[in-house]
Amino acid sequence: MNLKEILKPLSRFVSELGMVGYLFFQCALLAFQRPLKIDYIVRQMEFVGVKSLPVVFLTGTFTGMVLALQSYYGFRKVGAEGLIGVTVALSMTRELGPVLTGLMVASRAGSAMAAEIGTMRVTEQIDALVVMALNPVKYLIVPRVIASFLMLPILTIIADVLGILGGYFVAVKLLDVGEGIFLNRMYRYLEFHDIYVGLVKAACFGIIFSLICCCKGFYAKGGAEGVGKATTEAVVASCVSILVSDYILTSLLF
Amino acid sequence: MEDVVIRIVELKKSFENNRVLDGVNLEVERGKITVIIGKSGSGKSVLLKHIIGLMKPDSGEIWVDGVEITRLDESELNKMRTKFGVLFQEAALFDSMTIWENVAFPLIERTKMRKEEIKRIVDEKLEQVGLFGHDDKLPSEVSGGMKKRAGLARALVLDPPVVLFDEPTAGVDPVTALTILRLIQDTQRKLKKTYVIISHDIIGMFRIADKVAMLSGGKIIAYGTPEEIISMDVEEISQFLEAARIKEIGGKK
Repeated sequence: MNLKEILKPLSRFVSELGMVGYLFFQCALLAFQRPLKIDYIVRQMEFVGVKSLPVVFLTGTFTGMVLALQSYYGFRKVGAEGLIGVTVALSMTRELGPVLTGLMVASRAGSAMAAEIGTMRVTEQIDALVVMALNPVKYLIVPRVIASFLMLPILTIIADVLGILGGYFVAVKLLDVGEGIFLNRMYRYLEFHDIYVGLVKAACFGIIFSLICCCKGFYAKGGAEGVGKATTEAVVASCVSILVSDYILTSLLF
Repeated sequence: MEDVVIRIVELKKSFENNRVLDGVNLEVERGKITVIIGKSGSGKSVLLKHIIGLMKPDSGEIWVDGVEITRLDESELNKMRTKFGVLFQEAALFDSMTIWENVAFPLIERTKMRKEEIKRIVDEKLEQVGLFGHDDKLPSEVSGGMKKRAGLARALVLDPPVVLFDEPTAGVDPVTALTILRLIQDTQRKLKKTYVIISHDIIGMFRIADKVAMLSGGKIIAYGTPEEIISMDVEEISQFLEAARIKEIGGKK
């Protein structure tokens, strides 16, 4: 294998990173340019936010429940069942709430973004916008990125609350951990900063997945097959980017 | 006023060693229907995309109303694009909007007209293309021919002086194709606009064309009125006419 072949994936990665970065700056500039297209943003907020409620609902609840169950198993060995409440709360708010919400919404709404914009690309609808002298980034990408940026923290709050409720249900109602100690430890050790860190991360994940998915769709080519490929790549790239950026953001916001 | 709207000079474009346009020269006259005929893959769509500024050439010039457009930046290109309406091959209607909303879209986004005014114009255009009464349907709910008609209404709604058509009769049955051709001809006669049509449907296009240009091997190899083109002794043209002729029925030439 020669050097060129080895460097090919790397150069592709760099060029895709460049495309996403370019779109990010375009979005940042266009977001504040009139007309603001509030109606487009609201429609996307409904799609990204409201329509993601069921999946976030289920993910949040069951994650909290299983967290309580697993930590019960561990803590019982050292007689520290009282710490289940705070363990569930910290894990949900700092880590699992934002990350799982990000992953679920990226697979649900992000795949739809890539497929929709990709289809618009291959059926020349994006060209149609351009020849009408309208900026497709402004009409198609900016509303989706803004909507994801705004809705992910809200969805994360819901996931956090439901996760803690799920954990409470399993620990207190099913496993007979004392209600007082469960709540007391949680109140004492959970700080506002923990919730805040989680929400900042969620907002960043919103920007990351929506930009990647829109970008993949926007530069899709090659008919239905191309759109399918773009959609798959979009979801995989979004999820990996969420996990990688999660580590970076956590270490920065610690 | 100069009677040439679009002038293309030595336009060249390659995609990864594949030379698609190899020095195209063409002048499009104002107020006429100019048809660019060519085989699939001869670079017709690429040529059209250059005229509207969706692609940049490797070399050569495109003049629109006396302005050279290949070196314009995006905002200057946008100014130039207001002169054009485009009917795309698959009509390129926005599938999240109804037929009515699609036709109204350029008016809503590009003008400051009031609602009643927009409604009047859109209804009029839909009437013109025979789609009145289908206006609340989504593009996925109507036939290919209706989509093309809606696309035509959308292309005409801002009253652009030049309208470009990408294969207007491809993918529809011969009867619908004829209706679309008549519609193109009628609207052109009524509105006196410049129409540029790219197509491989040689028989259909000869019915409505004022001027025909034959694109082959990345060059315009013949240009003239349909009669002149038929009488020319160019192999590609005879091939085209031969292939389009139905021997038993329309076998006379």
